[in-house]
Amino acid sequence: MTALTPSAALSSCPMPLAHRTEITVGHGGGGKLTQDLIDRIFRPAFANASLDAQHDGAVLTAGGAKLAFTTDSHVVSPLFFPGSDIGKIAVNGTVNDLCMCGARPLWLSAGFILEEGFPIATLERVVLSMRDAAKAAGVAIVTGDTKVVERGKGDGLYVTTAGVGVIEHGLTIAPTSIRVSDVVIVSGDIGRHGMAIMATRANLSFESDIESDCAPLVAPVQALLAAGLDIHCMRDLTRGGLATALVELAESSNLSIGIEETAVPVTELVRGACEILGLEPMYVANEGRFVCFVPEAQSRRALAMIAETAPGGPPAIIGRVRPGPAGQVTLRSVIGAERILDRMSGEQLPRIC
Amino acid sequence: MKYVDEYRDAALVHQIAAAIARMTTRPWTIMEICGGQTHAIVKFGLDELLPKKITLVHGPGCPVCVTPSEIIDHAIELALRPNVVLCSFGDMLRVPGTGIDLLTAKARGGDVRIVYSPLDAVTVAKENPTKEIVFFAVGFETTAPANAMSVQRAQREGVRNFSILTSHVLVPPAMRALLSAPDNLVQGFLAAGHVCTIMGLGEYGPIAKEHRAPIIVTGFEPVDILEGLFRCVKQLEEGRAEVENAYARAVKFEGNIHARKIVEQVFTIADRNWRGLGVIPRSGLEVRPELANFDARKRFRLSNAAARPDEICISGEIMRGVKKPHQCPAFGRACKPEHPLGAPMVSGEGACAAYYRYRSRVVAESVAV
Repeated sequence: MTALTPSAALSSCPMPLAHRTEITVGHGGGGKLTQDLIDRIFRPAFANASLDAQHDGAVLTAGGAKLAFTTDSHVVSPLFFPGSDIGKIAVNGTVNDLCMCGARPLWLSAGFILEEGFPIATLERVVLSMRDAAKAAGVAIVTGDTKVVERGKGDGLYVTTAGVGVIEHGLTIAPTSIRVSDVVIVSGDIGRHGMAIMATRANLSFESDIESDCAPLVAPVQALLAAGLDIHCMRDLTRGGLATALVELAESSNLSIGIEETAVPVTELVRGACEILGLEPMYVANEGRFVCFVPEAQSRRALAMIAETAPGGPPAIIGRVRPGPAGQVTLRSVIGAERILDRMSGEQLPRIC
Repeated sequence: MKYVDEYRDAALVHQIAAAIARMTTRPWTIMEICGGQTHAIVKFGLDELLPKKITLVHGPGCPVCVTPSEIIDHAIELALRPNVVLCSFGDMLRVPGTGIDLLTAKARGGDVRIVYSPLDAVTVAKENPTKEIVFFAVGFETTAPANAMSVQRAQREGVRNFSILTSHVLVPPAMRALLSAPDNLVQGFLAAGHVCTIMGLGEYGPIAKEHRAPIIVTGFEPVDILEGLFRCVKQLEEGRAEVENAYARAVKFEGNIHARKIVEQVFTIADRNWRGLGVIPRSGLEVRPELANFDARKRFRLSNAAARPDEICISGEIMRGVKKPHQCPAFGRACKPEHPLGAPMVSGEGACAAYYRYRSRVVAESVAV
């Protein structure tokens, strides 16, 4: 980064906020601030080839086996919301990260940080939900840990999962495998999870029937692999939404991605809720959707296969990979003008009017 | 989506754009007042459909952008007091005051909560009777009625721990100030449809007449905006300067009489400092003296901080149309949405954020220079 610091560039500027000295909620939002933390703090400290690949999980070889390994922490509030809960998300989040490496998920660990006074019945509800989610995804939770913090020092319950999966094919499913003219498929309608959470936040007087899309992506990924399709890259859509995932992939592949706004599937409910709150579906979180990059010749087959096996509304071909400008995602709007999509900055903040 | 999609009809948009192009014989500079309109113009790329002779200037109609830093400092000061809960609309949290922003105040232990409605802040007050709840009442005529209602509800229900920190601004005085500025370039206005929904059209006739500038009340969808531009260019070409309502599905001449009454019952007109534009006489609202208990400034004896001259941020020049966002030396370099140096980079409605988000090409070129 060669960006000038404000003190150097603008000596008269009294607002030195360019580099924050404290963690703000935005640092956990999955957008630019999160990326900034990773690039400035974590990656330099832990530097190694697996980490530098910047994939959803690390791809490792040990004893002749090719494995995928990943971890994910969950701090969602409220703990239960329409369509899902913290336990189901904790399992599917890690399962899906393994899937995106092209792995078949096998084993998970589960760490629980509990706040003093937290009802055991609620914990049991979460744990049973994890059991069901693990069963649905075909994984076993094989090890775990429990810690308790004093009342007031936690938000009831935090769950961290880690997972291991096995890679049983010779493909390199990674941003570096993306090629010009690859077709971009999104596996279903976007934005449900984020809007379901938004609608249940205690301080928002806003009701809707939107349910989280939280689901495992094992079936569609295994189907694509079993069919022998030449999958170039996959990425699950989580915080930061479709836009942030695409920008990350455009940047790490050094290519450009062109998207048709009218092709991106969004349900009427989600669109309506986003309009009311001044949010953009492209930036809203998902927990059971992914984008898949395949060669044009295989795109119809891949689409049909995803339609048959993936959770959510019908998948869609939303765009194509172009040679440049490198790292750029462009969106053709409903009226035909092109604009640039950027990743989310900090967390989504509702607008005033 | 009904009532939205028909106003995003691509064929109709291109048809109106072509009609504007056929009609335009001279260069015209038109300001859209409202940040919501700026956002739509840049998001849908509407300006790219217009003939080169037409220049759009992005006006001061973003409440986040024009809230002066001294009032944000007051909000931060209150948020950091141990017994205060500061409730705010979401996008005010990232706007820097003279030091930190409200997000940082929150990280330092301040109780800052995002609400969608000021009435929710009254509920927070009822649920926390031992704490002082302050709602950061920012906005134009559009948010004034709901903010006023929060005071009335608190009064009616005997909620004594609730007050509002106001930074309310009014559109017509700002339009007059812009038109009176010696470097003014603006020849016609798209007035903010939602402001007119509340206040009606009465105030605009004299402005159009005195300054010989057509004023078209305009909505926020692509078809609305192009329709507003079409009518504005038509008047300019024909040498007329009248007030027209191109947003009749939402705006009546007299506005919303009930909402206006509530605003008058709670607020009184006052001079107000606009970030980037300076003090504009009789351009703001403050809580009436008889409701002083609900006025956070009086309740917490906040110093009446003098208006500070603006910092490096050139938002004033941008809002007057003298410069475009990417002509600012900080744009895209030291000033980005994740560390804004000025408010127009914060809100989705701010001209700089809109340019940064949707015009990365412009960003790349200006940063490369």
